[in-house]
Amino acid sequence: MFLQNLVNSLVLGSIYVLIAVGLTLVYGILRILHIAHAGIYAFGALMGLTLYKLTGNILVSMIFSAVLSGFLGILVYRYFYRKVLSESRIVPLVISIGLFVAMQDLYRLIWGPYKEAFSANFNIPDIVTENLIITGDQIFIVLVTVISLVALYFIMNKTRWGKALKACADDLQMTGALGINIERTVMLGFFIGSFLAGLAGVLVGIYDNSVYPTMGEVPSYKAFVVVVLGGFGSLKGAVVAGFILAGAETFLVAWKGFLLPRDAIAFIAMILLLMFKPSGIFGRETG
Amino acid sequence: MTLDYLLTLMTFCGIYSILALSLNILIGYAGQVSLGHAAFFGIGAYASAIFTVKLGLSYWVSLPLSILITAFFGFLLGLPSLRVKHDFLVLATIGMNFVVVSLFNYISFFGGPYGIVGIPRPSLFGHTLMTIGYFLYTLFWVILVVFFVRYLTKKYVRYGFEAIKEDEWAAESIGVSVPRFKIYAFTIAGALAGLAGNLWAHQMGAIFPDNFSFPVSISILTMVVLGGIGTIIGPIVGAVLLTILPEILRFVQDYRMFIYGAIVVLLMLYQPSGLLGKKGILRRLVAR
Repeated sequence: MFLQNLVNSLVLGSIYVLIAVGLTLVYGILRILHIAHAGIYAFGALMGLTLYKLTGNILVSMIFSAVLSGFLGILVYRYFYRKVLSESRIVPLVISIGLFVAMQDLYRLIWGPYKEAFSANFNIPDIVTENLIITGDQIFIVLVTVISLVALYFIMNKTRWGKALKACADDLQMTGALGINIERTVMLGFFIGSFLAGLAGVLVGIYDNSVYPTMGEVPSYKAFVVVVLGGFGSLKGAVVAGFILAGAETFLVAWKGFLLPRDAIAFIAMILLLMFKPSGIFGRETG
Repeated sequence: MTLDYLLTLMTFCGIYSILALSLNILIGYAGQVSLGHAAFFGIGAYASAIFTVKLGLSYWVSLPLSILITAFFGFLLGLPSLRVKHDFLVLATIGMNFVVVSLFNYISFFGGPYGIVGIPRPSLFGHTLMTIGYFLYTLFWVILVVFFVRYLTKKYVRYGFEAIKEDEWAAESIGVSVPRFKIYAFTIAGALAGLAGNLWAHQMGAIFPDNFSFPVSISILTMVVLGGIGTIIGPIVGAVLLTILPEILRFVQDYRMFIYGAIVVLLMLYQPSGLLGKKGILRRLVAR
């Protein structure tokens, strides 16, 4: 049972991490609580299924859907956030919420309100032992997450783009003054974050074998718990916190007699952490 | 479109106006952004429902009690704001909202997902307040709350709020006690939201945990921001607008939420300080 829970938390954690990384990236650069991120995640899932029906190849449709999600993220930045960056911080927050509401309803109009099955086959065999079952889906999810995180690490640390992104997160204006094209860098940040969210959408769709327009509802707030636990704007923190949270939830729910549902556990953990170390596990102390 | 329908709609406008005004004290005056205001709303509603239905108290006893209890919870849940700031506070309040709703949902004393039903309408001089009476009763409270908020803005408290909103350290350095004013703001906002919850519970007759979930907090915040943060008339206009909007949009039933979201986004893009805020379009009309 312990091993099974461990495997389940690893899979759940992978998904948390993929969603939260994009969120923390956006927050790090623009200081926006990007609720509409969950709308992009749902878009990724819905688009992934549509493409899969068209092509029949899960890898191609997953990557293509993630790329489209990335462009959707850029659109959101250019047409909705850029104008209001100088306003009070609550304005982009409300825009993000309104955008999320509108997006969900738009998806319902396009794709219909019902849950659709998303059964894809990766040709990865299930591992079944006496007391442990690891499905091919689970292996695939963890694999995709690991590859994405390694790629992200490489981009952030070894390329000029990644360094520019980090510089923007440190100080947007100063970076601009040093001659780096801020506009392009921010768009890159949105692209990467939304790409990963779209990827997560497809993976969740396959894992739960269902895709529906409102599937972003829970991630819209849940992902923030991960971001806070890890420390706002910290990529490393988001990764660690995603796995810790998934583990804590899985084990606490499995432990009989626990009163509250998963979300409440996550939020209680978040509030407690905020009380004692407001900057998160890996956050920098800021005023 | 009957008179009853209109009056009921207006009653809801009144209740949401009180809610928006109470959140505005937190956001507009004290600068503490909360996305968990529905929690206070729910605590007020549940307190009053439990007093009248489970304990059999009269409405007029349960009204002050439920307001007091919500004020106390405002005080209690305001304590984290002393340590948690800005976006962290936004998320902490979201968290509180979820915890409160799941407590309503999972503790059988609160009725669980079935909520509490059979909440009586208050009666005045032997008459039970039905549609018209309840509307007038709500209106009475709205006017009272508006005067109370106006009174607050004229008093010393306002300067304290303003100081901590602009810059906490600077406020502290000129002798304004930041913790005290933050707790004031949360307590007052809690009490007013409790009043709104009380009015809501006795209007609806039945309450369920989902009536006070996160999306409700979102719409309260949207009302305040759309109307104009920090003004008195702004939150009321926002509340009335967002309460009526879904009703007006009934003719486009299928696109309702899409249009609602789109209107919120467009208003924020082109009226970032709210309809009645500093550069708001309605403000200019009124000023002329």
